Amino acid sequence: MKVPVFSGVTCPVCGSFCDDIELTVKDGVVTKVKNACAVGEAKFLKYADHRSARPLIRKNGELVEASLDEAIRKSAEILAEASYPILYGWSCTSCEAIRVGLELAEEVGGVIDNTSTICHGPSTLSIQDIGISSCTLGQLRHRADLVFYWGSNPWSAHPRHIDRYTAFSTGRFQTSAWRGYLSRLTAVLTKKRLLRAANLILMRDVSAPPKMDHRLPYSLFRKGRKMIVVDVRRTRSAELADYFIQVKPNSDYELLQALRMLIRDEELDIDEVAGVPVEILEEVADVMIGCELGILFFGLGLTMSEGKLRNVDAALSLVRDLNQRTKFLIMPMRGHFNVTGADVVFTWQTGYPYAVDFSEGYPRYNPGETSVIDILCRGEADAGLVVASDPVAHFPREAAQNLVKNPLIVIDPQVTPTSLMADVVIPSAFVGIEVEGTAYRMDHVPLPLKKIVEPPRTCLSDTEILQRILREVRRIRGKHN
Amino acid sequence: MEKVVKIGVGQSSKLKVSLLTGRTIDQGKGKEFGKLSEEYWRSVAICEMDPTDIKELGIRENDSVKITTDYGSAVVRAVKSERTPHPKVIFIPYGPWASLIVNPKTHGTGMPSLKGIPAEIEPAPRERPLSLPELLKKHYKKE
Repeated sequence: MKVPVFSGVTCPVCGSFCDDIELTVKDGVVTKVKNACAVGEAKFLKYADHRSARPLIRKNGELVEASLDEAIRKSAEILAEASYPILYGWSCTSCEAIRVGLELAEEVGGVIDNTSTICHGPSTLSIQDIGISSCTLGQLRHRADLVFYWGSNPWSAHPRHIDRYTAFSTGRFQTSAWRGYLSRLTAVLTKKRLLRAANLILMRDVSAPPKMDHRLPYSLFRKGRKMIVVDVRRTRSAELADYFIQVKPNSDYELLQALRMLIRDEELDIDEVAGVPVEILEEVADVMIGCELGILFFGLGLTMSEGKLRNVDAALSLVRDLNQRTKFLIMPMRGHFNVTGADVVFTWQTGYPYAVDFSEGYPRYNPGETSVIDILCRGEADAGLVVASDPVAHFPREAAQNLVKNPLIVIDPQVTPTSLMADVVIPSAFVGIEVEGTAYRMDHVPLPLKKIVEPPRTCLSDTEILQRILREVRRIRGKHN
Repeated sequence: MEKVVKIGVGQSSKLKVSLLTGRTIDQGKGKEFGKLSEEYWRSVAICEMDPTDIKELGIRENDSVKITTDYGSAVVRAVKSERTPHPKVIFIPYGPWASLIVNPKTHGTGMPSLKGIPAEIEPAPRERPLSLPELLKKHYKKE
């Protein structure tokens, strides 16, 4: 028998949303994964191991098995009775499911928020203030010759990003910087070995930590692809870069503003900014001005540390300033595979990208007030629906405690800390593996999520589950009104 | 037992540090193995530290450490950071353990402060990092 191989599969893990995965399927099980990163491979091979397949309802403090109809009815009752429910998650499901979620939020007069709220929410606020000069990843693959990763560690969070879209990819006008990296690595290793030998011979103390190299390497001044990483700690991505700038925690704003001054040829009369000597910054500014097409990818290092949206303001303004001198673009490194899609669908339907409050009967948007962490910390919500997300693991304790003390419904294919704390658990099918859909890559390019294997008979898609809850809510409300 | 004695010898057993949280590739892989899996626990109930800080605390790698912030405390496993130096900066991957001690204040932006949090770290020879079910039971008990 011929074993079916699926090619051009999209990977439902991170915002890079790679679309070149090859899967071998045998007897309805994925047995081999090609082209995926470690995280993608783990998902395709292991997704079925820890799933739940039966709906659960909490009775006398214990989660017990229930029928799907019962779980849907219970969920609808909880939502219909609540006066200020939270509908949260959405970034790991399809755009189709998100659309139904928005309809449900409007119907029950709740607050709907997606995971942007604890990732690039501040970036969105800042982009609304300042604007963004952006592009698709394909443009960068072909043209970008200077790649910045600021407060972002793609090696860990978007493992194939560098390889597919930036420094190590080969485009029409730019070649991969991979060879340069290899020779640099060899040089560093040789230097280390020589140093160790010298230390042994001269009996020097080797316990002292190595110092940060304060000279910019020659490779930054030549033509061709270059990569610079700015971060508070030396990450794996930093080791792939031509140059690494270590900034003090919570000082990104100062560093960005200092670079803006240098790019406008203003003088800084201090010696260092955020732990980085000004001479280094002057040279970095020269490299930025000298590039043909630069791109600044920024991550949660900017949005989660002190200053939050103001850090992103500074980054967007820096890129705007740079465009007076050369061509420069900027893009947030979105985390989940469809968090961009969640923002996009929210905006189509309500006019706002996240933190949308329907309690007045019309959409209202005021992050800080209508965002889910704030609502939970103020203890205002009285019920919760979580779709394809795990807030109990990732929200600050106070917010998570206030989420689980209310009636909580979870729609998720996996067993998570949130589903263990829920009152109703409705296991769904894995979107992108067991059901189809649409998702948006981090550069706003929509791509199809494919169906590879059949889901268990008891698992519907998120879209169907939400549609059934919505129908049931309407039925209950019709009866009460 | 040796460890406990070491700490007793007049040196300060607490360090003031800056706490960072973030993603790691092991955390990403661990979550795909399932949140209740051993892989997940091993990848997130940890604290990456500079070797000089480990030395200063008088502990060894894989010993338990207790991290306290204004918002709570958590016991995790100390791990030597592979990329140094970053003295007085500790790193915990995103997950239920980090969530116990991060700053929930959003300063009106909707975004809690999850990086660069002032914290104190000390050896916890008598405690061990909680397993995920234990942690959920202790901190998020559902009536």
